[in-house]
Amino acid sequence: MQFPILSVIVFTPMAAAMLILLIKSERKNEIRVTALAAASLALLLSLWVYFSYDKAVAGYQFVEKYNWMPMLGISLHFGVDGMSAPLVLLTGVVMFTGVLISWGLDDRPREFFAFLFILASGVFGVFASLDLFMLFFFYEIAVFPMYLLISIWGWIKTREYAAMKLTLYLFIGSVVSLIGALVMYWQSGLHTFDMLALEQAAFSPGFQKLWFPFVFFGFAVLGGIFPFHNWSPDGHVAAPTAVSMFHAGVLMKLGAFAALRVGIMLLPEGAKSWSWLIMGLALVNIVYGAFIAMVQTDFKYVIGFSSVSHMGLVMMGFSTLTRVGLTGAGVQMFSHGVMTALFFAAVGMVYDRAHTRDIPRLGGMVKPMPLVAVAFIIGGLVSMGMPGFSGFVAEFPIFMGIWQVRPLVAIIAAISIIVTAAYIMLVIRRVFFGSMPAEFEGHIGPVAVQDKVALVFLCVIMIGLGLFPSLMVPWVQTGVQHLLSLLGGA
Amino acid sequence: MTTETIIWLLPLPPLLAFFLIVLFTNRHKAFSHSLAVGAAGLSWLGSMLVFVRALGVPEFGKEVFESAINWLPTGETWLKIGVLIDPLSAATLFFVAWTVLMIFVYSIGYHNFGQPAGNHDRPGLPPHGATIQDEKGHKHSVPSIEPMYSRFFAFIGLFAFGMYTLVVSNNLLTFFIGWEIMGLCSYLLIGFWYGKESARDAAVKAFMTTRVGDVFMLLGIAFLYSATGTLSFREIFRPEMLHALATTATPFFGLSAAGFIGLLLFIGTVGKSAQWPLHVWLPDAMEGPTPVSAMIHAATMVSAGVYAVLRMFPLITADFSGHALTPTMSIIAFIGAFTALFAATIAVAQNDIKRVLAYSTISQLGYMIAALGIGAYVAAAFHLIAHAFFKALLFLGSGSVIHGVEHGALHTGEHLDANDMFNMGGLRKKMPITFWTFLIGGFALSGFPLLTAGFWSKDEILADAFGHGHWAVFATLAVAAFLTAFYTMRQVTLTFLGEPRTQAAEHAQETPWTMTLPLVVLALFAVGYGWVGIPEDFPLIGGLLPNWFHEFVGGTLAERPESLPFNFLPLLTSLVVALGGLLVGWLVYRKVKSPQQDRLQIPLLKNKYYFDEAYDFLFVRPAYWVSETFTYMFMDRAIIDGILHTFGRVALWLGSFLRNYFDKPVINEFIGDGTGNIVKKAGSSLRRIQVGRIQSYMLASFIVVVLFAVLYYFLIGGV
Amino acid sequence: MNFLSSHLLTLILFFPVLAALVILFLPKDEVKAIRWTALVASLVPFGLSVLLWMRFDSSASGFQFVEQYPWYEAIHSTLHVGVDGLSLTMVLLTTLLTPLAILASFSIKERVKAYMILFLLLETGMLGVFLALDLLIFFVFWEIGLVPMYFLINQWGSEKGERVLWGKVKMQARNYASLKFMIYTMAGSLGLLLAIQMLGVLFQTYDLPSLYLKWNALEGTVMGLPVATVKAIAFWAFVVAFAVKVPVWPFHTWLPDAHTEAPTAGSMILAGVLLKLGAYGFLRLVLPLYPAEAQRFAGALAFLAVMAIVFGAFASYGQTDFKRLVAYSSVNHMGIVLLGIAAAAKVGLNNPDVALNLSKNIALNGAVLQMFNHGLSAAGMFFLVGVIYERTHTRNLNDFGGLFPLVPIYGGILLFTSMASLGLPGLNGFVSEFLVVRGAWPILTVYTAIAMLGLLFTGAYILKSIKQVLHGPLNEHWAHGEHRLTEINVREIVVMAPLMVLMLMIGIWPAWILDVINKAVMMLF
Repeated sequence: MQFPILSVIVFTPMAAAMLILLIKSERKNEIRVTALAAASLALLLSLWVYFSYDKAVAGYQFVEKYNWMPMLGISLHFGVDGMSAPLVLLTGVVMFTGVLISWGLDDRPREFFAFLFILASGVFGVFASLDLFMLFFFYEIAVFPMYLLISIWGWIKTREYAAMKLTLYLFIGSVVSLIGALVMYWQSGLHTFDMLALEQAAFSPGFQKLWFPFVFFGFAVLGGIFPFHNWSPDGHVAAPTAVSMFHAGVLMKLGAFAALRVGIMLLPEGAKSWSWLIMGLALVNIVYGAFIAMVQTDFKYVIGFSSVSHMGLVMMGFSTLTRVGLTGAGVQMFSHGVMTALFFAAVGMVYDRAHTRDIPRLGGMVKPMPLVAVAFIIGGLVSMGMPGFSGFVAEFPIFMGIWQVRPLVAIIAAISIIVTAAYIMLVIRRVFFGSMPAEFEGHIGPVAVQDKVALVFLCVIMIGLGLFPSLMVPWVQTGVQHLLSLLGGA
Repeated sequence: MTTETIIWLLPLPPLLAFFLIVLFTNRHKAFSHSLAVGAAGLSWLGSMLVFVRALGVPEFGKEVFESAINWLPTGETWLKIGVLIDPLSAATLFFVAWTVLMIFVYSIGYHNFGQPAGNHDRPGLPPHGATIQDEKGHKHSVPSIEPMYSRFFAFIGLFAFGMYTLVVSNNLLTFFIGWEIMGLCSYLLIGFWYGKESARDAAVKAFMTTRVGDVFMLLGIAFLYSATGTLSFREIFRPEMLHALATTATPFFGLSAAGFIGLLLFIGTVGKSAQWPLHVWLPDAMEGPTPVSAMIHAATMVSAGVYAVLRMFPLITADFSGHALTPTMSIIAFIGAFTALFAATIAVAQNDIKRVLAYSTISQLGYMIAALGIGAYVAAAFHLIAHAFFKALLFLGSGSVIHGVEHGALHTGEHLDANDMFNMGGLRKKMPITFWTFLIGGFALSGFPLLTAGFWSKDEILADAFGHGHWAVFATLAVAAFLTAFYTMRQVTLTFLGEPRTQAAEHAQETPWTMTLPLVVLALFAVGYGWVGIPEDFPLIGGLLPNWFHEFVGGTLAERPESLPFNFLPLLTSLVVALGGLLVGWLVYRKVKSPQQDRLQIPLLKNKYYFDEAYDFLFVRPAYWVSETFTYMFMDRAIIDGILHTFGRVALWLGSFLRNYFDKPVINEFIGDGTGNIVKKAGSSLRRIQVGRIQSYMLASFIVVVLFAVLYYFLIGGV
Repeated sequence: MNFLSSHLLTLILFFPVLAALVILFLPKDEVKAIRWTALVASLVPFGLSVLLWMRFDSSASGFQFVEQYPWYEAIHSTLHVGVDGLSLTMVLLTTLLTPLAILASFSIKERVKAYMILFLLLETGMLGVFLALDLLIFFVFWEIGLVPMYFLINQWGSEKGERVLWGKVKMQARNYASLKFMIYTMAGSLGLLLAIQMLGVLFQTYDLPSLYLKWNALEGTVMGLPVATVKAIAFWAFVVAFAVKVPVWPFHTWLPDAHTEAPTAGSMILAGVLLKLGAYGFLRLVLPLYPAEAQRFAGALAFLAVMAIVFGAFASYGQTDFKRLVAYSSVNHMGIVLLGIAAAAKVGLNNPDVALNLSKNIALNGAVLQMFNHGLSAAGMFFLVGVIYERTHTRNLNDFGGLFPLVPIYGGILLFTSMASLGLPGLNGFVSEFLVVRGAWPILTVYTAIAMLGLLFTGAYILKSIKQVLHGPLNEHWAHGEHRLTEINVREIVVMAPLMVLMLMIGIWPAWILDVINKAVMMLF
């Protein structure tokens, strides 16, 4: 019995949350330190998981299984494969940086961190669990704190509305896919929620065709797929910085990942027959998101819609059902997570100082906060798929994948690259360069050291991955290998 | 040292002088001119050596000095460049060496070496003169030294380099290099006094006008190179090669390859030798210092144009049977003859002593071109060299005159145009050497019988035209010759004869030896040179001297052109026109004191037939319009950028459209909040559990979804 | 030593990045230190590429000093670098111009650190394109190069000036220019990107040498389309990408803006090297990958080239802004490069006609040499414009006049450089122009003839600039007081000297460089 690392990762945040709740609310620094400690631990563990994952062996590793509700065939079943390993790492990274960024948060930090960590636990759980029921369980755990985090700590103007909207969308989405899952459970007749088992349960093509949309699109809502993307920009805008980071960085991956794991892996035939629709919607995401992002004047909305556009690429990658495409999608999930986390961190830093996100009113931010500017620029380059950064490493294979399936789609999708470049460059120039409005002169303080650490950390990841794809691609490939075998070696 | 080595080295001294002056001796005027003159002297020495050695070779036309090296790798092969001295280039070398050296020496005096620096002279403007105090304390104003003295010598050094390169090269490429370098130098030297608006415009005009010819020439070279695979003259002139060129047709005006290439190259000459219609730059080029005028318009550059045609003569005449002129040749003949007359008519109405000479140059070059057009190879070469000598002499002489008058003007403090012949008169007493030498030059130009070189060369051209029955050419040239003699005498009369018409002319004085010596030397050639080319069967003196020139230069061609049988009519004509012209000129202008009395001051002629105005209207202004308005503002800014910006606009519009007319209303309100509201309704209508909104929504939506799912199953799955 | 010879190219390629990292850790205020580090660091690649030049065996065929490292196995892309005579010349040009440009930017005052870092990164970007033997790597560097240049233009560009887009919409000139440059080039490269992806999908490799073979051998149908069609489309995708960069009329309008607004050194590199990337793309990718299509569309290329030559010259002549005038001259000169390429394309691969092959060869020689020459002269011209701009803070030709007596040395240098770019025989420009004209004449006679009009106007605009700046009545404004124009200083002369020496060397003895080029193009195509 090897060390149950995954369950440790999953429950560390939970435990930390409990611990934090025990601390008196006015002892804020202790709370922060605890939070940071927990986050760092989670990060280290996830790093360990990531790097000790044996690519040669592939398949599911660090597997743990504990019966939970045997009569229903529900068990606490953990394990990561090449697809989820990077996402576990991503969660660790975002959690760590999220805590760093929220260091200065002064409004009831105890509850904030507690909820944040519960959310984190949920996310870890989803990525790690191999049991369908547990997956839903953690999924809900991840979603619910979101509501509170936004409605309590969010942007006063829209937090009520946004929190409502977000929760509704995600809940409905999950219900839809839950139904699909339950149907699978009964149909399989295995009386188990164990996905490894369900993978083998050969559902009839008709059945798959019928229920795939439920499972996939239910989850895809959380992935921000068109036309169910709208909760996400609103949510981003309303959410406090750290939450936005989690939300865009991890939560949306949650949707995509679940859609992949439950939808495509369990119902491969369905995936094949519905891939055209996924591709179509994803295409809309990509182009539509980019165009809208270009005309936004709210700094956070720009990023929000850029996420919509980029998640579209992930879905697009899935829809190709080809080796390169899926590989790209896998990398894109990680890359986008890091990138968008960085974006929101940077936005938050600007907002905390300028108290506005209205782009026309911003300017000249490079002087007081050069590092933020550089970090944002790097993030921007990643998001416009500039070679040498993780974005390119991710997007390029996705496009190759599309080429193999529908060349025309590739050509249309490519437009987004230009539009992205345009709005990124414009935002960078308007916010960070140009002349600083008089009202800000002298009011813009420097960024704290922990913020800098967070930014640099994220940048290093993106550049490193961009220069050395082999730091992640092989992991993903093993996962893709497994996927393809399920898809019948497509 | 082998002759080839010497030939290789010939152009280098002036180039070296150029670099040394520019880089090091810029400050020290004496160094600079010694360097330049020394360099010219070296090249002169080498040239003479080569020339003498060439004379030593029997049948030199066949046994030429030639050597070549690889220059450009082209695929498997190389483009070779090298040097060649055959009779033609040897003769050319001879006169180039002499004139260049003389001009260098002359420049020392012309730029007032040894004089004090001017009080308010500034680089880029002609020296205004300096006031000095002699021991008695009297203030005198004396000529001041040229502020950019060194630079001048550097430039003419480069110029000489260009000319030598052109003469000694054995291939069109280096020929063209020399050609263009001279173009640059003429630009720099015409614009030497760049402070003057007129000078800088003249410089640009000269460069651009000649460049028009040059690009055609470049095409010609490219064509020739691609047609023959070589650019070396002697390889091109191999009979089989020429025959091939003459027989291959081109799509252009039904010309043979040879003809078309010849034409293209000739256009280059039209530019360089200022033939109509590209003649306009030459008169303006008088803006440059006088030695430059001599350099460009006599010794070197314009001669280079004719030399080019002489060089390519075998090619141009490749498909020439000997009787009917080929199209190319007739074009050449026409342009030459026309220019000869056309320019002469303008010359008669000019009052600027240098401009008269400028137009006469154009006219004389027309002679040579016409001669070549009708196949009179030797005559053309002969006249080219004769002209080089006497025209250099005339220009230098005029410079000396101007200098003298300016000196007088400084003395009297008058402000007058020292170039205007009506401000002169009676200078023969003040400046005897200048007078006599100028007179010799003038007579040579007008072809004063027997004595002068001009007579023999011009006569030979006329004889050729007559002998081969090109009547039109013959007549035109004869008239031109008459006019030449006429305006020459007009010039001499107005300048030297009669009484001084101004104080300045009154106080003019002879120029220093550095200026007069070259005059004397050139005067000797202007006379003596003619005697090397007297036809054998010329009455009386024919045969006293062998017609060496014909033998020698004629040898350049594959088969030496036989000299024509003697005929009295052309001789008579040239006698009449020369003497008649001189006489009339003297009779008419003896009395004339002021422009008002000059009946030839016809606006049409004074304004050079309005060519400048016409070109300005036809080419210059349209060019500006096309550049500024059409290409830049309209095409680039309005159209192309307009299209680009439209992309931007459309993208932005699309973005905001999607957001405001689809995303917000449809996706947000309808789907998003829509469902929300439905659920709310459902929730409130059910009125079961009263626990917060969110839960009721969830419950309700859960139910809704389940119902929907079941429905879905039975509707779609059922079938 | 052994290591050196086996890693020469990667050293040249990545040394600037290392230097950039070093500078990154230098304190921001140690301006002197930063400058000199950058300069020295940029001299190292130059030294190495000189070494490369000497060790290069021009008679051997194929690529030399090849290195290959795994990069992106998942899509079979490797860091594959190597040089032939073609890339060698370009590498030499790049590594030569970068130190000069850095030396030229010693006058930069603000944010020197960031500036120098960007500059060094830019160098790596450019070198990468020239060295890459892997299509994907080629693209990677191709795009990376944009970023530093973008920021160089919009951060250190000239503050003055506004550009009206439409109606009331205005943009600060340098922002407009940089954005136009970036977006236009990226948009242009979009087709390239897609085409590259398609190739990758088709052949599961991005390795150029093998792509040359496989792609040309390809037959049948691709994605339901006949190969010919696909190739034709891909061909144009490639061409547009490179045409924007070269730039070819009518894709050229970003260039005058970018050049005019960029800082002096930026313009030097932009004109000196970045434009060559496009032409290089034509030679390295378009001709070898699409011989048939190139032959088919050679006429169109020639047409664009001629338009570039003629209208480039016209537009240049129409300018009153000195820098813009020089910028347009680039359009004109690069048009000549494209003309040579078009001529070669027209002849096509293994054409039986010996004479035509020779012409093709000459045309290509001319084109490549013209790339190098334009690199020298354009960089020189832009620098000289910068020199006078730094002193007078105006680029308007009408504000100058008769400056020659004030700055004789500067005047001399300007004359020299102008003449080189005018194509005066005896200097470098002429050799390449002559070769192109010679090569193109028998193949594209009419186009060549029309191009002569451009050549004529080259003279016109060059003389116009000289006339307006140096000649004519002195504009007293610059003669006295605090406006007094100061002579070009030693540092600036040091920048110009190597360029001028090379111009003269190539003009008088082109064989030393042309021999390498010649061998290369013979094997290339």
